[in-house]
Amino acid sequence: MTAPPAAAAGDLVVPGRGAGLLDVARRRFLLSLLVRKELRVRYRASVLGLAWSYVKPGVQYLVYYLALGIFLQLGREIPDFAVYLFSGMIVVNLFSEALGNATRAVVNNADLVKKIYLPRELFPVASVWVAIVHFAPQLLVLLVGAAIAGWRPQLLPLLGAVAGFVIVVTLATGLGLLFSALNAVFRDLENLVDLLLMVAVWLSPVLYSWRQVAAVPFVAENSWLLTLYQLNPVTVAVELFHWAFWFPAAQNQPEGSRVGPEVLPPDLLWHAGAGLVLAAVALAVGQAAFRRVEGRFAQEL
Amino acid sequence: MQSARTPPPQASATTAIDVDAVSMRFTLRHTRSLKEMAVYALRGKDLSNSFDALDAVSLQVQQGETVGLLGFNGSGKSTLLKLISGVMRPTSGSVRVRGRIAGLIEVGAGFHPDLTGRENVYLNGAILGMEEATIRERFDDIVAFSEIERFIDTEVKHYSSGMFLRLAFAVAVHTDPEVFLIDEILAVGDEPFQRKCLEKVEALRAEGRTLVVVSHDLGLVERLCTRGVVLQHGRVIADTDAPAAVAALRATG
Ligand SMILES: Nc1ncnc2c1ncn2[C@@H]1O[C@H](COP(=O)(O)OP(=O)(O)OP(=O)(O)O)[C@@H](O)[C@H]1O
Ligand SMILES: [Mg+2]
Repeated sequence: MTAPPAAAAGDLVVPGRGAGLLDVARRRFLLSLLVRKELRVRYRASVLGLAWSYVKPGVQYLVYYLALGIFLQLGREIPDFAVYLFSGMIVVNLFSEALGNATRAVVNNADLVKKIYLPRELFPVASVWVAIVHFAPQLLVLLVGAAIAGWRPQLLPLLGAVAGFVIVVTLATGLGLLFSALNAVFRDLENLVDLLLMVAVWLSPVLYSWRQVAAVPFVAENSWLLTLYQLNPVTVAVELFHWAFWFPAAQNQPEGSRVGPEVLPPDLLWHAGAGLVLAAVALAVGQAAFRRVEGRFAQEL
Repeated sequence: MQSARTPPPQASATTAIDVDAVSMRFTLRHTRSLKEMAVYALRGKDLSNSFDALDAVSLQVQQGETVGLLGFNGSGKSTLLKLISGVMRPTSGSVRVRGRIAGLIEVGAGFHPDLTGRENVYLNGAILGMEEATIRERFDDIVAFSEIERFIDTEVKHYSSGMFLRLAFAVAVHTDPEVFLIDEILAVGDEPFQRKCLEKVEALRAEGRTLVVVSHDLGLVERLCTRGVVLQHGRVIADTDAPAAVAALRATG
């Protein structure tokens, strides 16, 4: 039995004190059921079901591509703009969905939280998993699209993409723990997070290139601003995905429109390291905050 | 009616639940939005008042005891069970429990209307701490106990409320806990099912499990429990055998 850790009729223990995320790891079966439940409930009575998770990003992508790539002609400055856009967008989508859902996770499960004790970290973590389930098909579409554009897999950049994925998931889990706990006490938080996520989409080089940021005179004069911009873990993950999926395709262009390594931010690997550290810090802070507030969930909800 | 209360004994090796000087103070907030809180704070108004749902409650339950928790509406019974099950934490004092607890604070918490009976059995079983293999093993027993075989693959939202409670109760009694907290749920279902529930509870008691039963059905408490604890406005006013506790409660009303 791996269920509640203090299961054996051993000592008198204080009830309702779990081991946090470790308990979540112990109760994977319950986690998988919660993820499945959320997917089932979201797509109940819908004919297309999970296919909706393609439709929404698909439309979003088309709109951005038309507006920015064609009308605003960003595509001229960034070769293979379609791949560039999509590889960044799936990262930001993963982050927004994971964090947005996780923030609401405790409140949405108020019924359970108030009546049965179980490790409450399960709820935000399950939300992050749901976002990962939605991320998978988008990644598949990206791979196909990139391959058509001339992308060939390379080991080191792919490892970079894995690191980017880990950064985003860890950061979203950490912030999700923090915000879902606070949201149980202050309901304003979920709206604040929505706002934050909207900013996050535009603050990452998804629709433009980091070189356009660097070219802004004010940023050029204050180079620390650019560093700050690039240390945003979401930005790091986006650039890692560009490196893994867009850059190889853009390099495979005919002579003339081919790009060199200067299109990627310098020090990308250092930024990746920093992103991993920041995400880990967010996770630790989120877990600590969650545990502090958790004792009040049942009476606040 | 005040029973002469000696200081509670120290927890011993057979104590299943040890509630020591527990108080639970709820803050009744008037608002929950940051904006209104800021407005209140600026005007120097008090945002909240507090309310003691439990006041220095001490209680020790030995393994194998069946304790009836009595009291009028709002006396703090459910709050005490929530503290014991770990759903809430006390404002002061300490709660400790030995062994696995199943808190049936409300039947069917954790059931989702859009899932089928079968899916809900798995989900609820896992929520109550069962492993996948254990649930699979006991699945047939659970369904047989609930007597709703025909509807097990129907979505729960199409169940009648009695069927829903049957299934929920069936899952809960098959979780095999050492300590069982039951809040107001023995009155579920129709007569035959109620009898079945009671038989099950008595079987659990015979197996030496610890039970804490909250019920307004005083006859049932007298029949089922070996001990009765009466709460009034968050305080223990009697802790004695079941018939005497029932009498004490009647005397206060
Ligand atoms: N989360 C909460 N926030 C504020 N007050 C609460 C909260 N939960 C319970 N209370 C208050 O605590 C008191 C005790 O409630 P409790 O549910 O324990 O009563 P009870 O004995 O179970 O009553 P009943 O017989 O009606 O079920 C009530 O006055 C209730 O309003
Ligand atoms: Mg109650």
